[in-house]
Amino acid sequence: MDVYLPIANLSVNGLVIVALGAITGILSGMFGVGGGFLTTPLLIFYGIPPTVAAASAASQVTGASVSGVFAYTRRNSVDYQMGGVMVAGGILGTGIGALLFNFLESIGQIDTVINILYVVLLGTIGGLMARESYQAIRATRGGAAPPPRKRRHHPIVASLPLRWRFYRSGLYISPLAPLLIGTGVGVLTTLMGVGGGFILVPAMLYILGMSANVVVGTSLFQILFVTMASTMMHSLTTKAVDIVLAVLLLLGSVTGAQIGSKLAGKFQPQKLRFILAVIVLAVALRMAFGLGFRPSEIYSVAPL
Amino acid sequence: MRALFALLALVLLGAARDPILVPEVSQHEIQVRQGFTGTDLLLFGAILDPSGTRAGRDYDIVVVLKGPTEPIRLREKQKIAGIWINADSTAFRSAPSFFAVASSRPIGQIVDERTAAIYELGLNWLQLSPIGAIDPEEQTRFSSGLVDLRQRQGLYSENSKGVVVNEQVLYQARISLPSSVQTGTYTAETFAITKGRVVASATAKVEVRKIGFERFVAVFAQHESLLYGLLVVAVSVGMGWLAGRLFAMV
Repeated sequence: MDVYLPIANLSVNGLVIVALGAITGILSGMFGVGGGFLTTPLLIFYGIPPTVAAASAASQVTGASVSGVFAYTRRNSVDYQMGGVMVAGGILGTGIGALLFNFLESIGQIDTVINILYVVLLGTIGGLMARESYQAIRATRGGAAPPPRKRRHHPIVASLPLRWRFYRSGLYISPLAPLLIGTGVGVLTTLMGVGGGFILVPAMLYILGMSANVVVGTSLFQILFVTMASTMMHSLTTKAVDIVLAVLLLLGSVTGAQIGSKLAGKFQPQKLRFILAVIVLAVALRMAFGLGFRPSEIYSVAPL
Repeated sequence: MRALFALLALVLLGAARDPILVPEVSQHEIQVRQGFTGTDLLLFGAILDPSGTRAGRDYDIVVVLKGPTEPIRLREKQKIAGIWINADSTAFRSAPSFFAVASSRPIGQIVDERTAAIYELGLNWLQLSPIGAIDPEEQTRFSSGLVDLRQRQGLYSENSKGVVVNEQVLYQARISLPSSVQTGTYTAETFAITKGRVVASATAKVEVRKIGFERFVAVFAQHESLLYGLLVVAVSVGMGWLAGRLFAMV
């Protein structure tokens, strides 16, 4: 099924794009991450211009996280106060991200920066997650219950001034910490077209020390609003959001997300995390190879 | 047809010594709409000699289809500290977004280099107008890089057997445009060449434009970017919500 993308200016096989959205949607439903980290590289690999890919992938994450946010709201596990602070930071971050995007594009290094970010971030997170989940799986096999992790925030967080009470998260910390984390994730959202869940969740657990039952809901809440802001930023600055591409991706991802969340109940959580870690590491490796090997295209054209 | 009769009349009057070229294009307007996967353009026509109804001599025909030119920056990747990144770059003021040459024989056998350069007959003779002073060697490297890149994208092509001449009167050439062609005015130039000299040339225009929904989206995204962004956000939230609702019912 050939579909012409009016902003990307080329025709693609619509079914391939829907399938791609479905894969990332299933991942997002199963693991609670947006799946943007897979969409953008796969779209670029398929031949969509990198700018259009990064700009359009964020809207897919919006769609995939909507139903998640509703589900977690019903279970009362979203800390709106924490989420609000992070969204404020996130919107600031998308603004900074858009400026960075334009700057890097003008000096011709946007692709390299996106690639390096992918390799570094996905490599680190994937490695940590693989180790942690592997140990958890071994611990359960050994019969001993995994030791309960102590919940505490990072010492730097404790040293920040101006403390607020975040009741649902069970925290008394400076709002600057979640604000900064939100800003950082916002920058990444605009640059890479990812939701940032794979950074946000560990950051909330290990840096802020939030109570685990509100982490995923609050992270989805932040992702929902920041990906919306990122889509707006891109349509205002790069004008590279392709609505046809976005709708195709959404078709796949929103159904995939529902299927994924049904599947998730059938696996042990630590095994799920291990599978996700392997996927994340595979994407990072693929990107690293792309940087190190002679690319098929040495030359690239940018409008003047 | 009427043009043909008029030309025949002209021929009978014996106005000129050089042959007359009557070119035609299969489509004067290419519509880029949903499902557009590229198209084939047929460039055809007739060469007539003033002294007779058919040319009588051996003519070579070269057809050049050229898309709108645009200023571009061409970047070149180099391996720096173990990774491939954009290093060198150069700017061209007039890089054609599409360029296809079809001829009845290899260009090198039809004309000399000077003539080929004057009429831009071939990818080696593209007039890219580099901006700023760069040395000729570097310029050649960059322009061949651009040609190679766009050849593999299907945007530049050279076909030395692309023109078929029948009975020394009718000629036709088929040029295919990929779905990634730019919109704008394309010019199709036809040259009749004999003994290394261009004896007749004619130009036809082809308009490539987005229409309907595709045009609407492109214009909307460009001029009403705030509304467009809001629309995309609304669609994504709506689709996510709808899917959640539908699956909740299952």
